[in-house]
Amino acid sequence: MTPDMLIAAALILPLVIAAGIAAFGKFPNLREGVTILGSIALFAVVVQLTMLVSSGLRPELYVGEAIPGLAFAFKLEPLGALFAVVASGLWIVNSFYSIGYMRGNRERNQTRFYICFAIALCGAMGVAMAGNLFTLFIFYEILTLSTYPLVAHKGDAAARRGARIYLLTLLGTSIGFLLTAIMWTWVVAGQRLDFVDGGLLANANLSPVVASALLLLFVFGVGKAALMPFHFWLPNAMVAPTPVSALLHAVAVVKAGVFTVMKISIYIFGDELLQATPSREFIMAVACFTIVAASLIAITKDNLKARLAYSTIAQLAYVVLGAMLADRAGILGGSLQIAAHAVAKITLFMCAGAIYVATGLTNISDMRGLGRKMPLVFIAFFIAALSIIGIPPLAGDWPKYELMQGAIDRGADWVPFVLIVSSLLNIVYLLPIPFLALMPPPGSKPPKEFKRPGGAPWLTVAAPLFTASLCFVLFFMVDPIADFLAPAFATVDIDPEVNIP
Amino acid sequence: MILELLLTSAPDWAIRHAAMLIVVVPLVMAPILALSPSGRLAWFLALLATAASTYFAILTLGIVQSTPGGIIEYWIGNWYLIGIEFRVDALNAMILLIVSGMAFLATVFAWPTILADVEKQKISLFLCAFLLCFAGLCGVAGTGDAFNLFVFLEISSLSTYVLVAMGARNDRRALPAAFDYLIMGTLAASFYIIGVGFLYAATGTLNMAEMAAQLPALAGNRSVQVGFAFIVVGLGLKAAMWPLHQWLPNAYSYSPSFVTMFLAATATKVALYALIRWLFTIFSPDYPFEQAIFTWVLAPLGIAAMVICSFQAVFQTDVRRMLAYSSVAQVGYMILGISVATAAGVSAGLLHLFNHSLIKGALFMALAGVCLTYKGTTVRDFAGLGRTAPLTMSAFAIAGLSLIGVPLTAGFMSKLQLGYALFDHGWWWAVLFVVFSSFLAVFYVGRLLQAIFFEAPASPGRHRKEAPLIVLVPLWVLALANIYFGIDASFPVGLANDGAAAALGLEAFQ
Repeated sequence: MTPDMLIAAALILPLVIAAGIAAFGKFPNLREGVTILGSIALFAVVVQLTMLVSSGLRPELYVGEAIPGLAFAFKLEPLGALFAVVASGLWIVNSFYSIGYMRGNRERNQTRFYICFAIALCGAMGVAMAGNLFTLFIFYEILTLSTYPLVAHKGDAAARRGARIYLLTLLGTSIGFLLTAIMWTWVVAGQRLDFVDGGLLANANLSPVVASALLLLFVFGVGKAALMPFHFWLPNAMVAPTPVSALLHAVAVVKAGVFTVMKISIYIFGDELLQATPSREFIMAVACFTIVAASLIAITKDNLKARLAYSTIAQLAYVVLGAMLADRAGILGGSLQIAAHAVAKITLFMCAGAIYVATGLTNISDMRGLGRKMPLVFIAFFIAALSIIGIPPLAGDWPKYELMQGAIDRGADWVPFVLIVSSLLNIVYLLPIPFLALMPPPGSKPPKEFKRPGGAPWLTVAAPLFTASLCFVLFFMVDPIADFLAPAFATVDIDPEVNIP
Repeated sequence: MILELLLTSAPDWAIRHAAMLIVVVPLVMAPILALSPSGRLAWFLALLATAASTYFAILTLGIVQSTPGGIIEYWIGNWYLIGIEFRVDALNAMILLIVSGMAFLATVFAWPTILADVEKQKISLFLCAFLLCFAGLCGVAGTGDAFNLFVFLEISSLSTYVLVAMGARNDRRALPAAFDYLIMGTLAASFYIIGVGFLYAATGTLNMAEMAAQLPALAGNRSVQVGFAFIVVGLGLKAAMWPLHQWLPNAYSYSPSFVTMFLAATATKVALYALIRWLFTIFSPDYPFEQAIFTWVLAPLGIAAMVICSFQAVFQTDVRRMLAYSSVAQVGYMILGISVATAAGVSAGLLHLFNHSLIKGALFMALAGVCLTYKGTTVRDFAGLGRTAPLTMSAFAIAGLSLIGVPLTAGFMSKLQLGYALFDHGWWWAVLFVVFSSFLAVFYVGRLLQAIFFEAPASPGRHRKEAPLIVLVPLWVLALANIYFGIDASFPVGLANDGAAAALGLEAFQ
């Protein structure tokens, strides 16, 4: 297949899968077969695209113009390829997990669930491959709207409330700030919205005030990046079934957010303009505040998913921080964090879901000694927690290392300090969970019997174990990944005029 | 492509008289309808008349686009310079297309709702009034004569009062609503005609093109300025420009549902067209007093409508009232676009005018469709409808999302264009209001959609059914148009750009 057909396939496949799921809605086994086969096919397509990208190609697809100048255009570059691989690859694992979870939990409306999931993946692919801000915005909103029914899945008052907050925050920030910023960019960049190596606005002669305002609108407009004070939708989205929290609210949706921030900082602003923009330092400070504050809130949460949600907020701010550092180490650190945090956090959520299916427990304080009954789940949890903390040889080690180096290079000496505090806080809020479960203090009462006879379905245990092992694999793959990403931050030496499409 | 085919296949007389026939066909058909013994026959004839008008409107558009200069000048009865001129350029052609197209779709869907809303022996007369109203609106959009515009405005207004009052069979409050509208509409028409009188006194002509040619020499003349003010207020009243919109919520809420749908999609649009014609073609933004009006009157009023009426929409419990307030807010967007007074701004206003008739047409049509079986129109009455009437309600949802301005819908495109125009003009602060108002739309539409799709029916005993097929077909035509023009907006944007260029007297831009 030609590169443009591959991109079209990556965008259309999820929709075909959604149609297939709808067609086989009455036959659950066939329906899940469609999801699994489809996700594998999507991953294969994305891997092919990624191989093209690593050989130096930039696969492009031009669909047409909505109105003169506003094109539906796609162009895959290394950063987007990384995000697409992570999202589509983990979708396969998560699909297996979903089957175990949704059946084990006897959830209703499963067909609608799988359909929305597939459409959400279409949104994520579109965000990853968008060639300009307009296309990115459209798929960003598809992602928002398609995940709304997933958050509201249970249909009770709490789910509806959570979903309403979810929708209003994400739509409000994206329409209010992001769209405004896009329209403003269109005007100051001379009626263009393309992602350009070296930065679309690099030669636009923006005054520092305008550049500052634009950057603030962009960064806070991407509500999916969950930067404080627009973070509260994420804990509210935890009313969703756990597979949704695992893939969408630890990987696809939130990573689409931070990926968008990255992409804007690299391809719209470019490193030179970004460094000359005063509000950059303010956003760095907000990111650091988010890291510390969200970690502190996480400690206070006894509900496991809520604690993980606040942990996600803190970890996402790493990527924003990396993007705002605007140098090689910062961007590399942020990109590695997208992948490393994805595999670790999806593991943690899957473990939380497995525990819930087996026992119905959601509070950490009730899980003491539970590790005796479900050792594999808590071992996977333990590994992923270590990765989040950043202990070698686990994937989470590299982003922290790169971010610290980038910050020191930039003279922001306080950033490494924040990162170290964050690691310590990670230890405080994550490690007690597996410790208390596997080695309960003497005298604590043994956990109750399983709610579901036979404990967690095997699919819900195998999936987190697999992703936990990915934490090891990623640690050793950092070199090829860094080489692959190199073109994204090697723009300093490239004449910005050369790569204009 | 289709336009060319139509042009080549059309007979000679049709090409020559197309612009006039849009108005003449319904005007002649109306009295015939009044004599029709059966309602069904009357409906069928009305369908024929609106279809013919639509055909001629498309033809007119084709002729305008293919003539060099882009203007059709049609002197009624060949009374050159003495009589009444029909003058159609890209701007009128667009409006005529919207009005006649929406009238045709409205007539298709009308039959079941008329049966439900109107007494059997009055159906013929009701449709006669509708055709008169339609002919009047087309006349306003087509004419090139300032006084003739008043005549057509009154034809459409008088028949509209009748149409609104027909809602009294369902709800007696339709009578005061029609009376209010009558008073306000008469005021508007009087203001307009007083303004025309002042200008006639100063220029000695009623022909718009002639007046436009004479006015630059008279820009400092007091009676010209006074006339201008009267005309803007008069047409602003008809266009439901905030705060002159008080007649609209009641008129929309209590009319027969077919009338609501037709008026929402066309009536304020035509008045707005007339306003654009006066502001840009006859007068010109170069006059100092007009520039001041744009910045200090129209723009603030547009913004006030967007924000205040969106707030009012959020707090309505009746769905028709909610949509009515939303209409006033949407008129605010168009006024804001116009007040930028650049080609891009007027084009954005016109694009929203086009898209909004698709949106509100679809919304009111879906509403009318589900109200056939049971009349309640509060938000609670809509709870759980997503299960019992999925086809009707998904079309409603599409149009609702378009009203918010969600990407991939037509509404998104018009907000995008409006935002660009505002930024381009340096009015970045106005963008904040557009955005804020869109956010309010998320609330009022979202509340409705949530009730429809996620809540259980309030009173399970009373069932609503899916709308009949004859409602579903035009409804889905509009809903799909909302999506299509959100993905490929080149057709409406082209129309709007040409229209704006024609209004401002520029060569087609972009």
